[in-house]
Amino acid sequence: MNIFGLILKNALRHRLRTMLTIGGIAVAILAFGLLRTVIAAWYAGVENAAPDRLVSRSKISITFTLPVAQKEKIARVPRVVGVTHGTWFGGIYKDPKNFFANIALESAESFAFFPELLVEPEALKAFAAERNAAIVGSALVDRFKWKIGDVIRLNGTIYPGDWDFVIRGIYRGRDEGTDVGTFYFNWNTIEQRMEQESPGRTGQIGWWIIKIDDPARAATISKAVDSEFDNSSDETLTETEAAFAQSFVAMSGTIITSLQIISLLIVGVILLVAANTMAMTARERISEYAVLKTLGFGPRHILGLIAGESLAIAALGGALGLLLLVPVIRGVGTALRAWFPAFPVAPATLITAAAAAVLVGVLAALFPSWRAVRVSIVDGLRRVD
Amino acid sequence: MGLLLSYSVRNLATRRMTTAFTVLGMALVVFVFAAVLMLAYGLEKTLVSTGSSDNIIVVRDAATSETVSILSRDQADIVETQSEIAAGGEGKPVAAKEIVVLISADKRKNGEAANVVIRGSAPEAFTLRPNVKLTAGRMFTRGTSEVIAGKSVAKNFEGCGLGEHVSFAGRDWDVVGVFDAGGSGFDSELWGDADQVQQAFRRPIYSSITARLRDPSSFDALKKRLETDPRMTVEVQREREYYAKQSQATAGFIRVIGITVTILFSLGAMIGAMITMYAAVASRTTEIATLRALGFPRFTVLRVFLAEAVVLGILGGVLGLLAASFLSFVTVSTTNFDTFSELAFSFSVSPSIAIGSLVFALAMGVIGGFLPAVRASRANIVNSLRGA
Repeated sequence: MNIFGLILKNALRHRLRTMLTIGGIAVAILAFGLLRTVIAAWYAGVENAAPDRLVSRSKISITFTLPVAQKEKIARVPRVVGVTHGTWFGGIYKDPKNFFANIALESAESFAFFPELLVEPEALKAFAAERNAAIVGSALVDRFKWKIGDVIRLNGTIYPGDWDFVIRGIYRGRDEGTDVGTFYFNWNTIEQRMEQESPGRTGQIGWWIIKIDDPARAATISKAVDSEFDNSSDETLTETEAAFAQSFVAMSGTIITSLQIISLLIVGVILLVAANTMAMTARERISEYAVLKTLGFGPRHILGLIAGESLAIAALGGALGLLLLVPVIRGVGTALRAWFPAFPVAPATLITAAAAAVLVGVLAALFPSWRAVRVSIVDGLRRVD
Repeated sequence: MGLLLSYSVRNLATRRMTTAFTVLGMALVVFVFAAVLMLAYGLEKTLVSTGSSDNIIVVRDAATSETVSILSRDQADIVETQSEIAAGGEGKPVAAKEIVVLISADKRKNGEAANVVIRGSAPEAFTLRPNVKLTAGRMFTRGTSEVIAGKSVAKNFEGCGLGEHVSFAGRDWDVVGVFDAGGSGFDSELWGDADQVQQAFRRPIYSSITARLRDPSSFDALKKRLETDPRMTVEVQREREYYAKQSQATAGFIRVIGITVTILFSLGAMIGAMITMYAAVASRTTEIATLRALGFPRFTVLRVFLAEAVVLGILGGVLGLLAASFLSFVTVSTTNFDTFSELAFSFSVSPSIAIGSLVFALAMGVIGGFLPAVRASRANIVNSLRGA
């Protein structure tokens, strides 16, 4: 029998205890993976930002609008290849709990700025032609069981009143992390209604989306755009899309830090459970280790036996936890869809979780192995259970 | 039973290492459980204490926060002159017409930008909010670019301390005073003169009107009249309810994440307790059999082992809760999803959180100890004694 056989036999001696430990590790790895996924979801906007897009918003804060007349000036800035705009609408669908982003885009051409949003050409045609057309993300369609042609009524929080839109297209994401939970409609819809209801609020947009030809010069181009409006009544703050997204992440910095601390505590708890099992196991078998030593097996073998068993248990637990992770994340993603439009399982998360399991396996074996290796043959044999 | 209980406790003391591992594991779980609830509760408490139950707040209909609410000067005047609103000195109504805007400011700690509330207000604001007190410097002078800062803003944001200058909307504003709002949401705001804020931001509008009622029971009548007034579309709410609503999204998020994770987490700790208890049962087979041979019934043995698990749970619960209660001294600050502005608040314990955490710990102990206890009580006397 080689050492692996012995490790296996050893692990199965206390079948119940081994099973429980595997279960405990699986559950903890699951919780760990879940938290890492939540943290990663926060950064989805940063990760998926396009390097050749800049976002320009009011320097005062994102809640201030900018005049649509700025477009000509921005378009003339060297190395700018295209400008379009987006506006936060802030409409509520039936109940505030149904939160999703609803954004007014300049026109159907605005979609060309976002190659990661896959839209059918007919949908774009309708978007351009019909005043109330909306193109919505596939996640929203799944969430509310919408279909093309449905009339969706949003209650405006920023632009008051009821607004009816007709779904004319559904967009899908090109990448796993693409936000497919946004509701887009034509900015002209707002503009026309404001002309009638509150003329003082026309010609205002939320932020500029600027396409540039050379991502390496993003900083210079940003500065050039801002200097166009320095000391004007509508100063801008231009940054890369990634920096723009990062500023939203930074706002929740405290929550992210707490989640990170909790995820470390989880690893601590698994470690306690696993270390406890290995300590018990090694204590019970001290005399066996003494026998092995008498037969001429060196410390390496004893270490291998204990660490091997610990690693095997941790690996099994980790694998089980990772297997459960995907369905659980799907469930939690549903509960959290108002906060996170994209909730993918990142490969990095799986790797970190697997690494955590292996780390636990190694650390849990340290203390018992040290004792087992150190104990003298006589002391080990003298012990009677 | 007293004898048996002390037997359990001594047993835990003997197996110190294993007991410590188990208790520590459970304590960690209880700590996280309590901390998450304390965070959500602290946020709610801050916002609930921001509003006073005697005051009403009027915002544009469907406006979820003051920042998106727009009321014209005319509309604000109509609201202010309603007969239900209390009169103060010189017969002026006890009402503050305020404009609320968000500016992006840099945090002292890491230079990251966050949104800060600027409230263009009037001296009545202090009458309406008796918990707000100037602690340093003086009140802003009307007609000047002076502001006073809530204590959290003064501490956390660059240029917002007493005697410093903060620039926004094309002007430099002098911070001439710092106020303490008793841990409410106002601590996270800058206050200035309403007219000056309107001019600087070129927004000749108000966001909200907060007013004291002459008689609190007239609320329903006033609400009905204003909300059906054809000259405006407004929503009239009690101030306390209005602010309480602004904690929903963030507190809800913290709870969903926190509770999901702690439930998973507690499964791990329960398994830990089970491992410990099974080992305790296994190593005491002879003792259990002896107890049974002496005439202790099965049920008593079951209770003994269950008691041991309960003691483990209580130890873990108390330890975890104790550690979590130290968090009450910690103030955190994050963006409130409902208002999109930075809000400082503290972890806060409530009796129900304390009891909930202990019950949670107890449940972990009982569930983790039940199956091993059943095994102990079922032990076959003869076989167990023979094994010795």
